[in-house]
Amino acid sequence: MLEIKNISKTFNAGTINEKRALDNLSLKLDEGDFVTVIGGNGAGKSTMLNAVAGVWKPDLGQVFIGGVDVTKMPEHKRAKFLGRVFQDPMIGTAANMQIEENLAIAMRRGNRRTLKWFITKKERESYREKLAELGLGLEDRLKSKVGLLSGGQRQALTLLMASLKTPKLLLLDEHTAALDPKTAAKVLELTDKIVNENKLTTLMITHNMNDAIAYGNRLIMLSDGKLILDIKGEEKKHLTVESVLAKFYEVSGDSFADDSTLLG
Amino acid sequence: MNIDALINGLPGAAAQGLIWGIVAIGIYITYKILDIADLTVDGSLGTGGAVCVMMMLAGYSNGMSLAAAFVIGMVTGLVTGLLNTVMGIPAILAGILTQLGLYSVNLKIMGSRANTPINPNNYDLLVSLRNVKNVPFYENAIFITAVITLVIVAILYLFFGTEFGCTLRATGGSEAMCRAQGVNVEFNKVVGLTISNGLVAFAGGLLAQYQGFADVNMGRGAIVIGLAAVVIGEAIFGRIFSNFALNLIAMSLGSIIYYLVLQVVIWRGLDPQLLKLLSAIIVAIFLAIPYFKGKYFNGVILARHSGSEKGDAENAGN
Repeated sequence: MLEIKNISKTFNAGTINEKRALDNLSLKLDEGDFVTVIGGNGAGKSTMLNAVAGVWKPDLGQVFIGGVDVTKMPEHKRAKFLGRVFQDPMIGTAANMQIEENLAIAMRRGNRRTLKWFITKKERESYREKLAELGLGLEDRLKSKVGLLSGGQRQALTLLMASLKTPKLLLLDEHTAALDPKTAAKVLELTDKIVNENKLTTLMITHNMNDAIAYGNRLIMLSDGKLILDIKGEEKKHLTVESVLAKFYEVSGDSFADDSTLLG
Repeated sequence: MNIDALINGLPGAAAQGLIWGIVAIGIYITYKILDIADLTVDGSLGTGGAVCVMMMLAGYSNGMSLAAAFVIGMVTGLVTGLLNTVMGIPAILAGILTQLGLYSVNLKIMGSRANTPINPNNYDLLVSLRNVKNVPFYENAIFITAVITLVIVAILYLFFGTEFGCTLRATGGSEAMCRAQGVNVEFNKVVGLTISNGLVAFAGGLLAQYQGFADVNMGRGAIVIGLAAVVIGEAIFGRIFSNFALNLIAMSLGSIIYYLVLQVVIWRGLDPQLLKLLSAIIVAIFLAIPYFKGKYFNGVILARHSGSEKGDAENAGN
């Protein structure tokens, strides 16, 4: 479903701040894979996700989504394949617009935006049903401005928008990191539900190792822009934080020195 | 301090306020909807005035002349939009560049004259400051401008409610969201700037007719006057009006209030030379209010990046 082929990306090349963010990274996701991504600060997690989303072009290498080479496709065109949820709950939705307007924009992802007046009655009904499934009481607030919602509600709405029109690939960039622990757990549960119900192929970056172990069928770890761990199948099911750390030590010969990954 | 002098001046102020209300609606599109402070308007207002007056002097009809002002105004917005999106120049600077260039363009349109009068006796003007009182209502500049405003509001309301128009509104709300949903943000910005400056130039055409001349300096400070109308309209009607069309009308009302207040201030004996300073101060205060509100009354400013794990290099890529 997703294939990343030998991509490299260097930021600020030729300056004192030169940073090799991705180093000849390759990754292949099968249809229905739910992959959790962990790694320390600057390991290249977000950079990898942004390369897939098309925020910028990689220096070297290619990205394929569903067999299509999207390496040179601009971000807004690539969006037809992708559902995305960001770390910042404030940017995944437009605060100045109503809940139903946000959903209607998401519903038309990948379509040409015409001068048709929207939203149809039937559409509104389907939004109401989908919102009810979130269990947040948003189904009665279709006309509310999104800016009035809490961070957790906005993130849940963004998640719904990302999956409203079934994407080939769902990209979650630490989408629960900015939420309080209780809300984060709820949004994560919701994520799991949506991913499973729609059988979405998913890449989820998380800073929480417990979550990375609990969710998904595959776990990968990045370090210095390289893929250093890739655990799937039966092995993934029996992972513990200790065993992941032990494996990390085994491959890198270094201890995992990022407290925030262990906390929480 | 003759109260009659004030009352006599009010209809004129209202008519002027209505015309500037159209400018304010244009500025609302860029400043509020797209979240861009577009300084092109200081130039495009004059362009509209110059085009309209020169076309009428050349014998074209009123409607044709105003339509031409609108179209040429759209071109000025297009230039700013392309400077911003294709050439990567920050929006404010792009607007300033266009505006500066337009000063020369406006002079050339008017045949190298800084001021071109148009005599209401010889030309059939749509609006004129002679026609604000003691004329049948259908000739009254206030009535005519109000009708034009309502038509513009209706068209914009319909447009911004379409699939495409809706993404324009979302562009100012969150660019990241728009990109993720497959919206071409750059294209949207260009379209928004184009429409906005079309409206401003159209209003420039009306204003030139109203005052009986086009002047190369007529747009100076237009952005500030327009913003004053926007902030006053929002402050007074923002809480009452939630509908998009009503929001646009609030801009027009804000502009009328602004001009009525100016009229009162002048009547009270303020030196008219100080008017622009007064406008600047009013706008500065109104723009500062939301900032101070957030700083001192909401307690904590939202920690948008709490829990951020992104490395600097990754942020650089965003």
